Amino acid sequence: MINSFIVHPNDTVAVVNKSISKGENVTYIFGDKEITIKAMDDIPTYHKIAIKVVKKNNDVLKYGEVIGYATADIELGAHVHTKNLSDVVRMEEV
Amino acid sequence: MKFNGYKRQDGHVGVRNHVVVMPGVLCSEVATKKIVDKVEGLTYIYNPNGCVQNHKDTAVTLDILSGMIANGNVYGALIVGLGCETTQKNDYINAIKAKTNKPIFYISIQEEGGIQKTVEAGVKIVESMKKEANKCVREEIDLSELILGLECGGSDSTSGFSANTVLGNTSDRIIDFGGTTVLSETSEAIGAEHILRFRGKTPEIGQRIYEAILKWEKDRYEESGEDVRTNNPTPGNKEGGLTTLSEKSLGCIHKSGTRPFDGLYEYGQIIDKKGLFFLNATAYDVANVTALAASGAQIVAFTTGRGNPVGNPIVPVVKITGNHETFARLNDFIDIDTSDSITGVKSFEEIGGELLDYVISVCNGETVKAEDNGASEVAINQNSSFV
Repeated sequence: MINSFIVHPNDTVAVVNKSISKGENVTYIFGDKEITIKAMDDIPTYHKIAIKVVKKNNDVLKYGEVIGYATADIELGAHVHTKNLSDVVRMEEV
Repeated sequence: MKFNGYKRQDGHVGVRNHVVVMPGVLCSEVATKKIVDKVEGLTYIYNPNGCVQNHKDTAVTLDILSGMIANGNVYGALIVGLGCETTQKNDYINAIKAKTNKPIFYISIQEEGGIQKTVEAGVKIVESMKKEANKCVREEIDLSELILGLECGGSDSTSGFSANTVLGNTSDRIIDFGGTTVLSETSEAIGAEHILRFRGKTPEIGQRIYEAILKWEKDRYEESGEDVRTNNPTPGNKEGGLTTLSEKSLGCIHKSGTRPFDGLYEYGQIIDKKGLFFLNATAYDVANVTALAASGAQIVAFTTGRGNPVGNPIVPVVKITGNHETFARLNDFIDIDTSDSITGVKSFEEIGGELLDYVISVCNGETVKAEDNGASEVAINQNSSFV
């Protein structure tokens, strides 16, 4: 069952359109294919799930644009939110 | 495309016909409110300022209040001062006369000789102004005379990919009819400035918007020592699925659709050209709606995923949500649900067309829920505290 969508084909996250429990399948359409991944966390409605692995300090993309960097390694199916994503300028960059 | 509105003698166009009563300083509010209570159908503008501000803040306050009174939705205004305050009768009269020749009256409590006498004098003035205002009739006006403010507040994840996308389509339609729309909320363009940089009609316009956004972020840091990204998004934005300011901004700018920007206006300036513009002003919901009204927007389209009931004393504020649950739960203050664009029941273009039809009906006089609820907040940016 399709329960999520991507905003832009380059995105590293999808948005779930219902609340998802850890272990549940999350399915979205990419081009003409249905892709299913397993949720590694509980994910509230309209929150983000990782559809690509993003290593710590690498960019997270939504709308095909950088919405921040990973503050921890993000695995496939993880809830992408404040615990692993930020766009606050890091002190070492200042 | 046409709507039925009011043609003002100063050349502006209105979609409402407000007779305004406003205190010249908060100290005179008591008399002002008594006047509003005595005569039916008056519009009260809350004014928290008027005294012990520094010169810069006094000027900003005058820009915003005079802009609101000059808005085409206002027939005329009575200002009720105290007498001894910083912002004197002539400050108000001169600031307003520079923008409009509509009827403006001023009285003060110390000159009239007390609250009761001020109320008596004020009632006489507004009753006669109301009589004249009631003679105004709606006329057919081309959509090119409309200025629609674009605002979002209490955003959640759906705002970016549903409500703002729909509103962007409505904005495109208004621009294509020769009308005007205004994107604002500079701090909520942070993280999307590289996109707006290439949305100018000329490279110079894009560069101006880009630099205004960078400067806004830098200035806020220098003022407070805090990265604006650490206090925006808000807790409610985060609960609604938005994690970073960049993510919020990338959704926010969808409100401006796809047409090129024709220019940038600074906070407090009146929009005097047609097209798509950027208004360099705060993202705080109440202050931004106030800023849009003061720049001449006759109507504001306000998207909200979490649900915000704010309104404005003189401008109808249309509430639009992409979150169906929010629409159902907070239905007494939200007008439009765009969630069909998420479920695929309708395309965002189709809903964008429906939203334009609704905006026109509001221009024609249909009240929005914020008006029905009497939501009429005002906030004005200040650089300093009261001195």
